[in-house]
Amino acid sequence: MSLLEILTYPDPRLKTISAPVTEFDAKLQAFLIDLENTMRAGPGGVGIAAPQVGCFQRIVLLDVSSKPKIKHHGNLVLINPEITQWEGFEIGREGCMSVPDYTGNVIRAQYLHLMAQDQHGIQHEYDMEGFEARAIQHELDHLDGLLFIDRLVSRRHDLFRRKVYVSIQTQPHLSSEKAIDR
Amino acid sequence: MSQWYMLTLVGKDQLGIVAKVTTALYKGGCNLGEASMLRLGGNFTIMLMVSYEGDNKQLYDLLKEVVRELNLHLHIDVIEGHLHQHRDPEVRITVHGADRAGIVAQVTSVLTEAGLNILDLESDVGGNTNNPFYIMHIEGIATQGIAQLSQALQQLLATQHPDLKVQLEPIETLVM
Ligand SMILES: [Zn+2]
Repeated sequence: MSLLEILTYPDPRLKTISAPVTEFDAKLQAFLIDLENTMRAGPGGVGIAAPQVGCFQRIVLLDVSSKPKIKHHGNLVLINPEITQWEGFEIGREGCMSVPDYTGNVIRAQYLHLMAQDQHGIQHEYDMEGFEARAIQHELDHLDGLLFIDRLVSRRHDLFRRKVYVSIQTQPHLSSEKAIDR
Repeated sequence: MSQWYMLTLVGKDQLGIVAKVTTALYKGGCNLGEASMLRLGGNFTIMLMVSYEGDNKQLYDLLKEVVRELNLHLHIDVIEGHLHQHRDPEVRITVHGADRAGIVAQVTSVLTEAGLNILDLESDVGGNTNNPFYIMHIEGIATQGIAQLSQALQQLLATQHPDLKVQLEPIETLVM
């Protein structure tokens, strides 16, 4: 197994727009294994895009299953992914293996519909939400030469209300609101 | 060898403070680190990490002219500074209510006791002179878990400030 080298900002190659994958051959399968090992070895381990390792093809791996209590599709190989519908927006904090030691708030769509091919070239469709939807939007940006730092919103002033987790009740006899299950 | 300094500059807000201060530092061979600069109550405040080869006195001399021209208060401390050591907040707490003495002290005291390590706190007074309201955002690390913080806040509200509005939410950072 080999780990691939991650390009880090301000490396200009991260601005490259990646090309569609056309060959679903053995070379691709071998690359996917290395890419997954590289993702798993990283600090977040929930997603990686091929251009992050200097391969400018439209390939994304995603696996947000380690996050508790969320909807997700498990371990995904997403080739030539395309978002066909968006809905809602949500602010959330993101970091990136290609942008070490910095995290920031980014607005992303809450729900989306995605079309993508798998490692064999078979087309699939997914309805995604929450963390998984956020992750694919972050990775799709990599394919288009964008980083989350291109989309930051102020840390100091929230432009949009976040999802409220606990509203501390003002009346002592009322029990506290339950955490929103995501 | 260069040394990290923490510069504190405060003065009446006016056009060009940041540009003039940072230009003087740049021309004097300083490198800037992390900084916080904002307007507070009509004043402009700067907290700025500066890496510099000279000593305290030489650094002061670099800024002497700008400080005089803009009528700023300048304070310089030698610090042990480190870059690339950010810590990500785990929780965000918003508090607002009618302004009164002691909100910050009481809220932060119970949060500290419940294990909150504050990374960032900003607060403001809104409304008008007759009906001021206080609003505060805190981000930090919940060293004893988020449930502890929530419990501590509930306790505070139940016993002392039934009219305060308090919200608490985890900040989950997705690294991809
Ligand atoms: Zn990334």
